[in-house]
Amino acid sequence: MKEIKTNMAGNVWKVQVAPGDKVELGQEVVILESMKMEIPIAAESAGTVEEIKVEEGSFVNEEDVLIVLKG
Amino acid sequence: MIKKILIANRGEIAVRIIKTCKQMNIKTVAVYSEADKDSLHVQLADEAHFLGGSRVTESYLNGEKILDAANAGNVDAIHPGYGLLSENADFAEKVRQEGYLFIGPSTSVIQKMGNKIAARKAMEDAGVSVIPGITLSDTEESTVKKAARVLGYPVMVKAAAGGGGIGMQKVEDEGDLMKVVSSVVKKSETFFGSGEIYVEKFIESPRHIEAQIAADRVGNVVCLGERDCSVQRRNQKILEEAPSIFLSDNGRKKLFEAAVHAGKTIEYTNVGTVEFLVDGEEQIYFLEMNTRLQVEHPVTEETTGIDLVQWQIDLANGKDIPSLERNNNQSNHAMEARIYAEDPTTFFPSPGKLIEWEFPEMEGIRYDFGVEKGATVTPFYDPMIGKVIAYGSSRKAVMDKLLMCLEMANVEGIKTNIPMLINTLKHPTFQNGEATTDFVKNLI
Repeated sequence: MKEIKTNMAGNVWKVQVAPGDKVELGQEVVILESMKMEIPIAAESAGTVEEIKVEEGSFVNEEDVLIVLKG
Repeated sequence: MIKKILIANRGEIAVRIIKTCKQMNIKTVAVYSEADKDSLHVQLADEAHFLGGSRVTESYLNGEKILDAANAGNVDAIHPGYGLLSENADFAEKVRQEGYLFIGPSTSVIQKMGNKIAARKAMEDAGVSVIPGITLSDTEESTVKKAARVLGYPVMVKAAAGGGGIGMQKVEDEGDLMKVVSSVVKKSETFFGSGEIYVEKFIESPRHIEAQIAADRVGNVVCLGERDCSVQRRNQKILEEAPSIFLSDNGRKKLFEAAVHAGKTIEYTNVGTVEFLVDGEEQIYFLEMNTRLQVEHPVTEETTGIDLVQWQIDLANGKDIPSLERNNNQSNHAMEARIYAEDPTTFFPSPGKLIEWEFPEMEGIRYDFGVEKGATVTPFYDPMIGKVIAYGSSRKAVMDKLLMCLEMANVEGIKTNIPMLINTLKHPTFQNGEATTDFVKNLI
């Protein structure tokens, strides 16, 4: 189990993966919007998306878990 | 006569507008969101009305809630500041229909200048030179490719409804064209609700120089000077100054004449800015017009002795240009540094609590701040949290003073672009007045 966290507070603008998707290291999985800027969040390791913890439009704080990967 | 104004904005510009209103004995009504309930503008206004949630759509972009606050506050006029609803023609029209004065130009002018394609057309018709460009009838590959080939690479793909540096991208060659087109269309649909785009010739290493104009209801249009805003990151300005040391007397005359002519032709009223790109040969090209107060307006105020917010209010009250007051605190040069809550090298936002926010008291330094020590900079709004303006008799003295002030500043709790501003002020290219819009990209 690996967690993809945000290092910044902001709104979730786009979730670019779905449960079951395979992601690669460095792949952009979520785009946040903070202070009128798009902030891409990338996977820090490869894996399969097990759970998406956020929805588009929701607000996240620094260190919140966005996506859980397995494998 | 305006006796009470609602300020439909937040941060430093709301604070700035309140200051002039106090001097003019005009009562102020602030509006605020959940995230801004302890903000400086809320504390300083005579009254404050809560709008709603922290997101702009729930608060500062919600015209109906703002009009409810105007009604509850029993105001005469609404000042829109900059950004947010300031260039929204529908909002301006609703404000007027409800019987309030909107401090800005007519709804039709806001509408026309808000659409970049319509604005280009209006300027072309007025005989003001625009950047060579082509409006696209559709975004089919063949149409876009043909337009770009006619103009010659590199080109800029721009959103008709774009602004604030969002919705524009450079394309070096045909290989990247369609990728950029689809990205600009997508972004423009998301941010501005319209996917309309056009293609412009890319002007190599230009300077961004704009002209401040003011116009009354009887057709007087004056130019109050230029501002050189060439130092930009992500197509957003960070350092602005006046006068521009690049412009020759003849170039300046040409710029002022074009701006006044543009204002007269579109029947502009109130205070506004005509932005130009100026190439190495001093050819000027109309870029866009901002039908509102500009972030960098203090640069003009500190070189002319004019209070532009007072002019906005007086012009909205129906006064004519010759009757407007000018102070005598004119200086030869002024320079403004914008302080952004962001990483100085990646430009990523840096929200957080301001544990320290200390700047030295210095002669010839003006601070326009929207925050104070202990305030929290939230992720909901623009990262620009304050401006430092230096003014004095020579460019060198002003530059040195601004540098000293920023070096003495003590800001803790968030990252800011202050180190980057210091590097810029120390850089020979900037010091020699040779900075073009490529400067920041080359600095990093």
